[in-house]
Amino acid sequence: MNDVAICLFAESGYDRAAQGVIGAGRRLAGTLGGRLHAITIGTHNPELNVRIAAVADSVISADQVELAEYQPELCLDALAQLCGELAPKAVLLSNDTYSQELAPRLAHKLGGSAVGDGIELIAQDGAIRVKRSVYGGKAVATIELKRSPAVIWLRARAFEADSAGSASVATVRQTRLNLPSGDRTRIIERKAESTGEARLEDARVIISGGRGLGGPEAFKDLQELAGLVGAQVAASRAACDSGWYPPSWQVGQTGKKVAPGLYLAVAIRGASQHMAGISDAKVIAAINIDPDAPIFKHCQFGIVEDYKKVIPLLREKLAALQK
Amino acid sequence: MNIIICLKQILDPEIPVRDFRIGPDKREAVRGNANLVTNIFCENALETALQLRERTGGKITALAFGAESAEDTLRKALAMKADEAVLVLNDGHPHPDPFTVAQVLAAAVRKIGACDLVMTGRESGDWGSGQTGGLIAEELGLPCISFVDHIEARGEGTDASLFVKRQTDNGWELLNAQPPLVVTITNNEFNVPRIPKTRDIMISARQPITKWTLEEIGVNAAEVRAGQSYYEVVDLAIPAKDVACQFVSGDTLEQKVENLAQRVIEVTRSL
Repeated sequence: MNDVAICLFAESGYDRAAQGVIGAGRRLAGTLGGRLHAITIGTHNPELNVRIAAVADSVISADQVELAEYQPELCLDALAQLCGELAPKAVLLSNDTYSQELAPRLAHKLGGSAVGDGIELIAQDGAIRVKRSVYGGKAVATIELKRSPAVIWLRARAFEADSAGSASVATVRQTRLNLPSGDRTRIIERKAESTGEARLEDARVIISGGRGLGGPEAFKDLQELAGLVGAQVAASRAACDSGWYPPSWQVGQTGKKVAPGLYLAVAIRGASQHMAGISDAKVIAAINIDPDAPIFKHCQFGIVEDYKKVIPLLREKLAALQK
Repeated sequence: MNIIICLKQILDPEIPVRDFRIGPDKREAVRGNANLVTNIFCENALETALQLRERTGGKITALAFGAESAEDTLRKALAMKADEAVLVLNDGHPHPDPFTVAQVLAAAVRKIGACDLVMTGRESGDWGSGQTGGLIAEELGLPCISFVDHIEARGEGTDASLFVKRQTDNGWELLNAQPPLVVTITNNEFNVPRIPKTRDIMISARQPITKWTLEEIGVNAAEVRAGQSYYEVVDLAIPAKDVACQFVSGDTLEQKVENLAQRVIEVTRSL
């Protein structure tokens, strides 16, 4: 079988990441000469299914009460059942927490191979290869998956959305799965820490603070600055590890991989692990007191100054220019 | 609570980009003068385990699959006050794929015996595949929770229950779980690894480390030594990236910042 299955969680909706996965799936199915199946997990999300139906050849909606909210073991079971029936050559997922958590386990259940954080998919001589960033962003590896299906979670926003669409609109099939009860793990509380409106991955502009800020107070200044240009505030691992900013807003190899139009790094040196999280940013700019900070090697523009002197002035100037 | 914590020794990820080299076979990095260190998330995991033991008691076994050099990683774990250490010696492929690693670690977990909690780091600082925990869970038929940063245990024996907090895309989730299970640990401000005391480092140098060969843990040793049944690295390259940074000009700080502000506005308006 040369089919491709994409698995999306309905609660994420039809965001840029979902579009990237759908686009990647459509193109891979085209290269392989197979069909594109979409599986959506979770409470009914008509818009998502309708949008996907315009691109995929079939849509399977696992929309039942047990899957209304994500539970690791139940969702894994559901995906394993549905992918097992389709017997695809490749299964593509997005880069949200849940997809990352389930991808290797899903591969194991299906007898396949998994790889994560794919930035390019290559189908060649019947084999599927994936490019991904390794060694903290210092190198890019090409990995050939030896077992089928190839289960891949993608750095979804790095992939173009589908532009062509499908010739016909697929029907959306509702399934009712037999899912085990009595799970050994259960999510009993969920908490969103909102420090802004958009998800970091969807932010157009990000202002990010690092170790050089020296404490949590400066993040308040960054937030004020962010408010002026519609930016989201993020932080480096050093800042999150110090407890200055919540870890869900950490950018880097081990935090969020972001792709804003502008990434302004304030008092961030720019270790390769940090840069690995922003390699898809269109423009990187920096404020740093050290002219030799590695961040400047990746910047289109920057200023070598103490951020403490720059931020108040910058706030004033931006406010004036925005008027 | 019996905890087994899986630790990986890796090439120091902090080495500067200019010192990073790739071997002639284009499959892996050259060690050069770089140190070998314990993967940071593995140390976050060990710290999380140590704090859990401080609250609830129990035993921590540090487990590694690697070359003889991985003994250093286990000695450090002992110095941080893990109770026991086990090394499964890898005399095969130097970078086995994630499935191979998980097979070996799962077999070692079975051989160690009674275990309530298997902990791994969320990913490694070298290949960063982020699969070891999930695949160990599947090999052992256990549930798995990823991106965990805090664990509380309540109750004893068959009534034992774990409360596991993990990070999500926009916040956190609290899960209730019955052991045994596998968790992968991520960093937060509370699990920054402790620095071992000098005295404990000296004691750890004399502590025994259990060493097992692949044959002794009951895996297909030939397949494990080949290390590539799941996936194979076919190329490794250093991405070309050279951007010339334009430093904003100006005679005074105010002028410079004015120019900076203008550049920022230009970019944001073009988006």
